[in-house]
Amino acid sequence: MAPIGDIPIKIEGEPAPPAEYGNALPVLSQVRHALAQLVQGGEPTQIDLGAMPFGPGDEERLMALLGTGEVTATVDALGLTHIQETAFSGVWIVEYLNTDGQRVALHLEVDHVPQLLRSQPEDLGAALAALNTQLAGAPDAT
Amino acid sequence: MATASPQRTDGRPAPTPQPTLGESLRRNGVSRRGFMQFCAATASLMALPPSMAPAIAAALESARRPSVIWLSFQECTGCTESLTRSFSPTVENLILDTISLDYHHTLQAAAGDAAEHAREEAMHANAGEYLVVVDGSLPGPKANPGYSTIAGISNYDMLMETVADAAAVIAVGSCAAFGGLPKADPNPSGAVSVQDLIKDKPVINVSGCPPVPMVITGVLAQYLTFGKLPELDQYNRPLAFFGQSIHDRCYRRPFYDKGLFAETFDDEGAKKGWCLYRLGCKGPMTYNACATMKWNGGVSWPVESGAPCLGCSEPDFWDAGGFYDALSVPPGRSGDMLLAAGAAGVAVGTGAGLLARSKARTAEKQHETVTAEQLEEKL
Ligand code: SF4
Ligand code: SF4
Repeated sequence: MAPIGDIPIKIEGEPAPPAEYGNALPVLSQVRHALAQLVQGGEPTQIDLGAMPFGPGDEERLMALLGTGEVTATVDALGLTHIQETAFSGVWIVEYLNTDGQRVALHLEVDHVPQLLRSQPEDLGAALAALNTQLAGAPDAT
Repeated sequence: MATASPQRTDGRPAPTPQPTLGESLRRNGVSRRGFMQFCAATASLMALPPSMAPAIAAALESARRPSVIWLSFQECTGCTESLTRSFSPTVENLILDTISLDYHHTLQAAAGDAAEHAREEAMHANAGEYLVVVDGSLPGPKANPGYSTIAGISNYDMLMETVADAAAVIAVGSCAAFGGLPKADPNPSGAVSVQDLIKDKPVINVSGCPPVPMVITGVLAQYLTFGKLPELDQYNRPLAFFGQSIHDRCYRRPFYDKGLFAETFDDEGAKKGWCLYRLGCKGPMTYNACATMKWNGGVSWPVESGAPCLGCSEPDFWDAGGFYDALSVPPGRSGDMLLAAGAAGVAVGTGAGLLARSKARTAEKQHETVTAEQLEEKL
């Protein structure tokens, strides 16, 4: 199936200027509250932006308010996940895409490191076993 | 249920346990991160907070694929289109592959006796544990069964026989949930909804014309994940998706509260994105997930595209007056309603929903037909 963005649409006349629906600032307050929780008690928070009643332009406004920080990362597992640190340390934008590149979820994570970037505990044991096998099979293994 | 161990009392051999979802994913080379990514998307899909992702991961790890039999009766295939044409192939394929769609009238390659045989096989192999999904209403027991049959079996007989050993029934779309367009006045085929007929099993209504695809998948995902049925509202709809009105989650709500309404589809108010209440928006009386989950993979939804909500997930929306009349008031009585609700703006708030529901019932009694010309005039 062709992605919806590929459907050719001709817009006649000027597109309407982006309206201000005022839904970005309340989310920013929620982020502030979550960051305070992280600072005081080390408690991380995840906010599902897909559950917000955003109008056209609200998401862009929120992203502009959050700004861009130093770290970007991409996880390639069952579709790409783009992770971007915002201008506020500890506040991360996590966008999950499916294998067709369509967004399946957009979260804000307020944490030291986003969950998805950490090595998964179950994988560590498997990685150790894999390394052991490789060393055992290597010609110069002792 | 998804995680129940197979216990048989009928003497038939217990079915071979299916691999768990965790096992199938690993077998398909999906990494843990891939799985966590899947769980984060699934949490959004189930309208659960993202912090539930680890619990979802733990539950899905050991979830087994329940068998699903999908029956299509008097319907337009819009619900199946909604499910299969949109949203994320990854999440959806995984869930559909995992729930084991053993029989689907529209999607299966088999036809006739072979197809009916597949349905019977699935029923016997998973007795007491399978889910029946129904789209479309069906002629009731007193109606002429000839209005809708499949392989020579009336819809009524097929439903009753298939549901007999089911764990639960999911009625997908407003036709299966409430009768839908086939039931519209004067209901020539004697159409009834699934819950009109099934009284001894849980019936979950996923209404909408069609339902938001993520909601269909979300309800199935919830069953797959937690092995239990969701909490329901007064119309047996899952509260997670139907718990709030369109109006309560609408981004145009600040305009409603300020009394700023578009009066026509192309006036200054419409261009500025003001509230569509006076253009017939049924958002205040409609419970559905459109305002946040949106359509076409989150691109937009009717109100964002400038069209009033038609109330398609509510019982009897098809007979509740003109789509472009404010709050389901039959033609000729719009003025009263606008005075009662539109001008008052803020004061109406949630009360409008209740008012609208009773008005909708009145409208239903006073139903008048509207011609295409009249509709044009209104526009
Ligand atoms: S009446 Fe309709 S357009 Fe207006 S705020 Fe409610 S749901 Fe949105
Ligand atoms: S906006 Fe209203 S009419 Fe449109 S799909 Fe959603 S519930 Fe149905």
